[in-house]
Amino acid sequence: MGRELQKQPQQEMASAVEQLLAVNPYNPDILPDLENYVNEQVSSETYSLDANLCLLRLYQFEPERMSTQIVARILVKALMAMPAPDFSLCLFLIPERVQMEDQFKTLIILSHYLETGKFRQFWDEAAKNRHIVEAVPGFEQAIQAYAVHVLSLTYQKVPRSVLAEAINIEGLSLDKFLEHQVANSGWILEKGHGKGQLIVIPPNEFNHPELKKKSSDSIPLDHITRIFPILG
Amino acid sequence: MASYDYDDSRANYDDPRHAAVPSPAGQDIGYDPNFVPDSVKSFVVHLYRHIREKNVYETHQMYETSFQSLSDRLFKDTPWPSVDAVAHFVDNDHVFCLLYREMWFRHLYARLSPTLKQRIDSWDNYCSLFQVVLHGVVNMQLPNQWLWDMVDEFVYQFQSFCQYRAKMKNKTEQEISLLRQFDQAWNVYGVLNYLQAFVEKSSIIHILEEEKEGLEQFTATDGYDYSGGSSNVLKVLGYFSMVGLLRVHCLLGDYHTGLKCLLPIDISQQGVFTSVIGSHITTIYHYGFANLMLRRYVDAIHEFNRILLYIYKTKQYHQKSPQYEHILKKNEQMYALLAICVSLCPQVKLVDETVNSQLREKYGEKMIRMQRYDEEAFAIYDELFSYACPKFITPSAPSFEEPLVNYNQDAYRLQLKLFLYEVKQQQLLSGVRTFLKVYSTISLGQLAIYMEVDESTLRTILLTYKHKTHAVDSVGKIMSNADVDFYIDDDIIHVVESKPVNRYGDFFLRQIVKLEGLINDLDRVKLD
Repeated sequence: MGRELQKQPQQEMASAVEQLLAVNPYNPDILPDLENYVNEQVSSETYSLDANLCLLRLYQFEPERMSTQIVARILVKALMAMPAPDFSLCLFLIPERVQMEDQFKTLIILSHYLETGKFRQFWDEAAKNRHIVEAVPGFEQAIQAYAVHVLSLTYQKVPRSVLAEAINIEGLSLDKFLEHQVANSGWILEKGHGKGQLIVIPPNEFNHPELKKKSSDSIPLDHITRIFPILG
Repeated sequence: MASYDYDDSRANYDDPRHAAVPSPAGQDIGYDPNFVPDSVKSFVVHLYRHIREKNVYETHQMYETSFQSLSDRLFKDTPWPSVDAVAHFVDNDHVFCLLYREMWFRHLYARLSPTLKQRIDSWDNYCSLFQVVLHGVVNMQLPNQWLWDMVDEFVYQFQSFCQYRAKMKNKTEQEISLLRQFDQAWNVYGVLNYLQAFVEKSSIIHILEEEKEGLEQFTATDGYDYSGGSSNVLKVLGYFSMVGLLRVHCLLGDYHTGLKCLLPIDISQQGVFTSVIGSHITTIYHYGFANLMLRRYVDAIHEFNRILLYIYKTKQYHQKSPQYEHILKKNEQMYALLAICVSLCPQVKLVDETVNSQLREKYGEKMIRMQRYDEEAFAIYDELFSYACPKFITPSAPSFEEPLVNYNQDAYRLQLKLFLYEVKQQQLLSGVRTFLKVYSTISLGQLAIYMEVDESTLRTILLTYKHKTHAVDSVGKIMSNADVDFYIDDDIIHVVESKPVNRYGDFFLRQIVKLEGLINDLDRVKLD
């Protein structure tokens, strides 16, 4: 997730927080640091699930210290981490009465659309709630990356219209997007039979199952090491 | 809500050994805390001596067997004699007295119903005992069983306290003022920090790493340490505390962090955690449950299958153990969890035949109904989850403002709701699966007609299928959980049935290790 280029102080903050988590994760005093770190993740487009779960845990221990604004940011960041189950992981720690608030209801609906592949509805709903999602830079790109991920698990060749709907890009912008993918990710454009363009997604073990390594053929090294003393 | 009664007020606690009928606070009229029967005197004197002589075997015998039989005989529904009454038989040994009180409270919790004051006293006793261990002034060798029970009981009493505190409605004024006054007792930070302190102070994570490189011995000696005046207590408590942390985090709904705490232990192999049946079961139960909640069904099925098979083969040896009922209860719960996993992810091939036939016997009929995804099916998911889930807790202190409300079910309701939400999101997948199983290729249009949806809805269902069957593992790698998989080429679906993988390599490795162990045993046999 992290960007290649980070400014020095951001890195320092990240490592300081990682340090706190390693040394003393069950300490109420680190709560303000973790809150600052959430804002830091938002502005620098980085992400730390462990730090955010730790903060939600502290909120769970002392509900009176909870900031719903911070919780909302954590949830948006968790959506951006799809396909990982981070959004549910966060919800497990947020009391039900908090989840009843409107902004969280909206986020839960957004998550539902993403979990069930309903990208059209997702983008419509997101458009209606710009104030929530636009507060976090990189949101659109992250969801588009997730959409591309699911499509490439599923399709060898995907119709242009299906792709357009999933990533919510059309027309000239889509051409540009495709150009970029062709140049950088090995996508190939093909003429479909009569009904528009087809996009050939590069093979992976999920859309080309024959590429899947036969797990029966290989034994991980650490299993072999079990018998080293015997062999020796 | 399931018909199953989640509320633990009657059928008391997490495990059946605590399911005693509560008598009013255990303060029966006939009980004299200062009366020490001869058999108890002899018990403490011998136990004290065996501990001092570092005789782990005898200590274990007395701890497991004598304590149990004395309890059955003399203290069925009263507490043991107070520590003050026995202290002079054991030179007033500070550590022994702390250990005695730990057992005293454990017995009280198991057979009677502790008062708030007793809960608080037990917390204080744990604090004193743990301080002593953490400051390294202990030089005993205690049986793993006992050390495991300590961690297990500590977490259990914490869970029990949270449940108790959350039932605010019927609290007396005196109870409320005690709760306010002793707000540090069973405080969640305190509990987590003790467990964490054991892990850190014992350097157990480092020891396990060193062991992988052959620089340390821990597993091979079952954690015992006979060299010089050293003690196994801190090390093994540190080790079991990782399991304790997994459990506490599961109780809080933090499955990711829970699994992270367990990471230093390689559960695919024998370890100290398998040397005590209770620890083995607790570890795998929580590991499996956490993976279920993380949608890593295959991992959950694997481990549930292994332990259920293990219990099936070995349970006869535990029939006389005080843990026997607990083993049976967890066994049943894990079958329920396995039924859920296999319903959501029908990888029956991963389940051993013996386990599978048990599973069908217990839940076969329910599992068929679970495939239907109607209201009745959801009710069964609800029922099995409620029966088999950990007893979730709300860790925060109550609001003492009137009106006093119960919140002991809040945490459970939230986890149940989110779980059922996940089940609903997957509701159309079993339909797709049925069709995919009978075709090798089929067009989107055709399948849409069969499933009575339009083509674009079908595309979303297929995406959902892919997303839900491809879990992200702990290092971010995508793992396929799909029994039937497919790919789409334009508008044709190609079906790929996953073939059973026979892990011959693993099988041979296991047998090689087994054979070597057997040969070593034979070598040790001296024939006259």
